[in-house]
Amino acid sequence: MPDSASASVPEPDVVDSVIAQWHSRPGPLLPILHGIQAGIGYIPESAIARIAGALNISRAEVHGVISFYHDFRTAPPKKHVVRVCRAEACQSMGAVQLEAHVKSRLARSRDVEMEPVYCLGNCACAPAMMINDHVYGRMTAETFDVLMAEHKASAKGRRKKA
Amino acid sequence: MSIRVFVPLDTSAVSVGADLVAAAITTQARSAGRNVTVVRNGSRGMCWLEPLVEVETPSGRVAYGPVRAADVPGLFDAGFLEGRPHPLCHGPTEQMEYLRRQERLTFARVGVIDPVSIPEYEAQGGFRGLRAALSMSPADIVQAVTDSGLRGRGGAAFPTGIKWKTVLDTPADQKYVVCNADEGDSGTFSDRMLMEGDPLCLVEGMIIAGLATGATRGYIYLRSEYPVAQRVLETAMAAAERSGHLGGDILGSGREFRLEVRMGAGAYICGEETSLLESLEGKRGQVRFKPPLPAVRGLFARPTVINNVMSLASVPVILEKGAAFYRDFGLGRSRGTLPIQLTGNIRQGGLVEKAFGVTVRELLYDYGGGSATGRPIRAVQVGGPLGAYLPASQFDTVVDYEAFAAIGAMLGHGGFVVFDDTVDMAAMARYAMEFCAIESCGKCTPCRIGSTRGVEVMDRIMKSEDREGNLVLLQDLCDTMLNASLCALGGMTPFPVMSALKHFPEDFHRHRA
Repeated sequence: MPDSASASVPEPDVVDSVIAQWHSRPGPLLPILHGIQAGIGYIPESAIARIAGALNISRAEVHGVISFYHDFRTAPPKKHVVRVCRAEACQSMGAVQLEAHVKSRLARSRDVEMEPVYCLGNCACAPAMMINDHVYGRMTAETFDVLMAEHKASAKGRRKKA
Repeated sequence: MSIRVFVPLDTSAVSVGADLVAAAITTQARSAGRNVTVVRNGSRGMCWLEPLVEVETPSGRVAYGPVRAADVPGLFDAGFLEGRPHPLCHGPTEQMEYLRRQERLTFARVGVIDPVSIPEYEAQGGFRGLRAALSMSPADIVQAVTDSGLRGRGGAAFPTGIKWKTVLDTPADQKYVVCNADEGDSGTFSDRMLMEGDPLCLVEGMIIAGLATGATRGYIYLRSEYPVAQRVLETAMAAAERSGHLGGDILGSGREFRLEVRMGAGAYICGEETSLLESLEGKRGQVRFKPPLPAVRGLFARPTVINNVMSLASVPVILEKGAAFYRDFGLGRSRGTLPIQLTGNIRQGGLVEKAFGVTVRELLYDYGGGSATGRPIRAVQVGGPLGAYLPASQFDTVVDYEAFAAIGAMLGHGGFVVFDDTVDMAAMARYAMEFCAIESCGKCTPCRIGSTRGVEVMDRIMKSEDREGNLVLLQDLCDTMLNASLCALGGMTPFPVMSALKHFPEDFHRHRA
């Protein structure tokens, strides 16, 4: 998650330590990619050759796996990520209108990006969305505005403390 | 003495403020000088009442909900720590209509216990199934599961015992048990609720599957959208290792079973079992050709039991109470219970575990209380994004695998998504194709290309471009996808599309350019 990404650890160290932790275990590629993304916020181009070398697979195979899964990203995320559920249960409670509201609110935002998500498993409290790593249910346009402002304020607060 | 107050850690409860409520209760208790222990339990599954707070009193647990943090001072003033009345009070939890009329076998402990406490798990019947299994031969365990009539709860409804027998009978140097916890269907959350509320039940089921088949390693493939489930599962697994229920020497028997949680990465297709196995091996989650079946050649080309969370979590009670006990619930070839999830536009959404045989209407109205908006219920999609839409004329269908198949529908993972009369069924049909296009693994043409063409055809229909010609084309496309796709994603996307067209044709004719 972007909020918890630790910028203080240099990228190569994160990549090497994650590879070292996993490379001798069965089926290590997804855990390695998750580990790098958790540490850096995304999978940098430079990590691909290192992973390929450590696992004795081609760079094309690593790239193929990264591009197959919706979760993995190859560019840094913005400061906040909003994921509005687009699946049926949320649609039945107005997710399409909610998505339009969020989109219009964030249209010119430089520090918030929007990603689609298909089911957060919160279907009895629809419509649902995630702001950074928090899941929210029974959302309305108004509650989104309030929660988004809270997330922005708490990020500012954290920066001041640091 | 400390009073125990239960506030769910369940994702749904937290999504509507349970963490804030738990913090407010702790603060309020401190300032009021009351000795309160807040226990973070699973959800009782009455999602419309979340956050549902329970207070343990000498006469049992009393429920309050939905509680907001701002309600907490008022609850203290009203004497909720003594279970006294308050506008949010629902009386003794166990007496609530919604719960009282359920048959909770798989979910017996969910919401009741502290999810990561081995003593509480054992006090409520936990690990009795495992102890029974340890005294049985592998063949006898498989026989018990077969005799129970348990069928795969992930959606395909394949008899679990037969799958296990194939793995047992296939010799290999290493076998695996894989739990499919990639619960991606919209309208489903029972796997998540169990993993967050009673993770040890799943762990116990997997150990028993290992004992039954000779598998010594297990993986839980969990979708990345469920970080709370991951945390609770891993905490519970560590506790089970410390207590000797999991690991190299299960309860001193000399038998081994090692378990690990692996996270998915946001691909719906990885809920398909062979694509899940590819993903676990570190590859793109593309569907494999069958045969060979995973039971013969599965994870790392070894015999593999791959079952859904619900199937595996139903195993402990079968071993504890016997195959006949489980089989006595249900009807026809659908034995036992199904955890049904009432979701979407429904007043009382939540989890209802019932023996097979309940009708759709009972679920929607007696349990669900009708739509959330108060408008008439027009359609219900059962079984996730690949399930058919049922019109009101089919609401008397009973929950039974064969009864659903007979009307061209499927129960799937037991998710019911309710829509009121404002729904546009042509838009839902288009969405089914769009979802298939986004999530297709790309291996077979009917799914990869067909879904994209399906979206285009629906767009033309909705714009009234040669509507009759395009409806014929849509039918044709659905036939191709249904018959020629490699797996259920392409093969069943036509179900919601064709059911929408069949039962709600007027919606396909009202769009204007």
